[in-house]
Amino acid sequence: MSGTAYITHNELTSALERLSKEMDVWIPVETGDKKWGIQFSKYQPGKAPLLERQSTTLPKKVLFPQVETLLRFCYQKDVEDRSRVTIDLKDLEDMAPAMVFGARPCDVRGFLTFDQVFLNGLHKDPYYAQRREKTLFATLVCETPDSACFCSSVGSGPADQAGSDLWIIPIEGGYLIESLNERGEKLLPKMGKEATQDQIESAQRFQEKAANERVGEGDLTRYVRAFEERFSDKAYWRDMVSKCISCGICTYVCPTCYCFTITDEMKELEGERLRSWDSCMFHQYTQEASGHNPRPTKFERYRNRVGHKFSYFPDKYNGMISCCGCGRCIRSCPVSVDIRQIVRQLKEEAGDCVST
Amino acid sequence: MTASAHNPYRPELATIQEIIQETPTIRTFRVVLNDEEKMRRFSFQPGQVGQLSVFGVGESTFVINSPPTRKDYLQFSVMRAGEVTQRLHQLSLGDQIGVRAPLGNSFPIEDMKGHNILFVGGGIGMAPLRTLLLYMLDNRQDYGNITVIYGARSPEDLSYGYEFDKWRTSGMDLVLTIDRESPGWKERVGFVPTILAEVAPTPFNRIAITCGPPIMIKFVLAGLKELEYEDHQIITTLERRMKCGIGICGRCNIGTKYVCVDGPVFSYEQLRHMVPEL
Repeated sequence: MSGTAYITHNELTSALERLSKEMDVWIPVETGDKKWGIQFSKYQPGKAPLLERQSTTLPKKVLFPQVETLLRFCYQKDVEDRSRVTIDLKDLEDMAPAMVFGARPCDVRGFLTFDQVFLNGLHKDPYYAQRREKTLFATLVCETPDSACFCSSVGSGPADQAGSDLWIIPIEGGYLIESLNERGEKLLPKMGKEATQDQIESAQRFQEKAANERVGEGDLTRYVRAFEERFSDKAYWRDMVSKCISCGICTYVCPTCYCFTITDEMKELEGERLRSWDSCMFHQYTQEASGHNPRPTKFERYRNRVGHKFSYFPDKYNGMISCCGCGRCIRSCPVSVDIRQIVRQLKEEAGDCVST
Repeated sequence: MTASAHNPYRPELATIQEIIQETPTIRTFRVVLNDEEKMRRFSFQPGQVGQLSVFGVGESTFVINSPPTRKDYLQFSVMRAGEVTQRLHQLSLGDQIGVRAPLGNSFPIEDMKGHNILFVGGGIGMAPLRTLLLYMLDNRQDYGNITVIYGARSPEDLSYGYEFDKWRTSGMDLVLTIDRESPGWKERVGFVPTILAEVAPTPFNRIAITCGPPIMIKFVLAGLKELEYEDHQIITTLERRMKCGIGICGRCNIGTKYVCVDGPVFSYEQLRHMVPEL
């Protein structure tokens, strides 16, 4: 094991307190009088993270805020020529360094999808790039999968360290924190004192057990062609999503859903250009000014969602599935649409598919 | 500005230099970037698009429809349809807008060299064709004979009418058509696909480029196949609702392709290999 630190349960908040002097520390906490479940919010003195269950929503907003300012603009009268109006334009602003403490492997893995699109494409997104560079992930090895979880079916697993800088393992009396890279290593002294050999061994046993755990049935990574072959089977898609109410919650809670819209807001002479989360489940998403809509009904829209995650993305990015198996879309869906079932049945004979 | 030197979301400020009322619903804007050095260095290929901003209202995508061989201004023809285009139509000379350009791919001008060319345009679809047409007229020796079939609903709905004589004298055939008879109209009458069948340019050594409303494109493609054009001889442009214009925001995909970066120009050969979601 590389660098380690041990934090007792009692010392956890003081460790977070120390870190929060240098950066925004995002932790999972119960919100809204427990009405809104567990959400990530910035650490405030005395507030302890809730690490026992998966958070209801995920830390996507740390690197990709639900609403963020892309530009600020202001119309001004030209001082030399009062009949002329000029525009003052400001863009990228400095962002604070941050740490996400206590997310699960599936939450963090989602950003690998973001990286492909926001950093490695033809154009680099400077807003995401800056946050990505300034944010560390201290990720908790997962020991509490539920029936909606399927991370092992999409090439991940409860001990998947991809995308993390520090690794949190629960052991007797507290947590062992392991650094996974140099960035993480630098923060260890602020988190606790070095772990003992016994603690390290106990953590290793825990890690191995989690690594051998299989969460979810079957393999959902080989459906590129099956999707293409099903594409034009309208009856299949209609049947699979007949109960969908196009609410869009599956996209809001998804670690890999990155689609956004851009809108202008203005008051008097000043305004902002904002980027906000959007959802491909909404009719307006592809609605054109001419009235034409290439995805006019929910079956075309849901088909695009399945295609994007399990066919288009791996086709484009070397087999990489754009789904981490966190199961939130299944848990949050008000009408129990289950994407696992829809993907699995792509390979079944037409006519044998039933939506439950 | 910190982390990155280049922000693809930040438009260049530009000034409207000239406005031409083309038809009751289409206006052409000639704009120049306020930064003189950037305007001088601005380079693009025929077919590439730009995002025009009205700050406080939003952005929309339009083809740059002046050719790279004529760089005094950048021209965009805008049909009034949604919020941003409505607002653009209210702007006057000297007003400030934002331009993010060039974006997207372009017409394969090199591959077209030495070929005969057929343009088939309908309505606002003539805008991208005009860029390529003028580019070819400015490099006339590189291309074979050029035929243009251009149609609109009525004579008033034809854009660029003030240029037709010049086009004709620059060495090309221009066939104009309107949907229904109109007093004083001396050119053809009939839908574009019908006129295409009448003119029937042979596919020999020819590339056909078509732009227009989806329903016209559908019948023009069928018409070209009828005339025995091969899939790779047919080129068109696609439209999609766009936001970022740089391949990130997600909405303009057709399967694995993004119209904003992989398009807007596609050959019929490419279209046939894409998922059928037009």
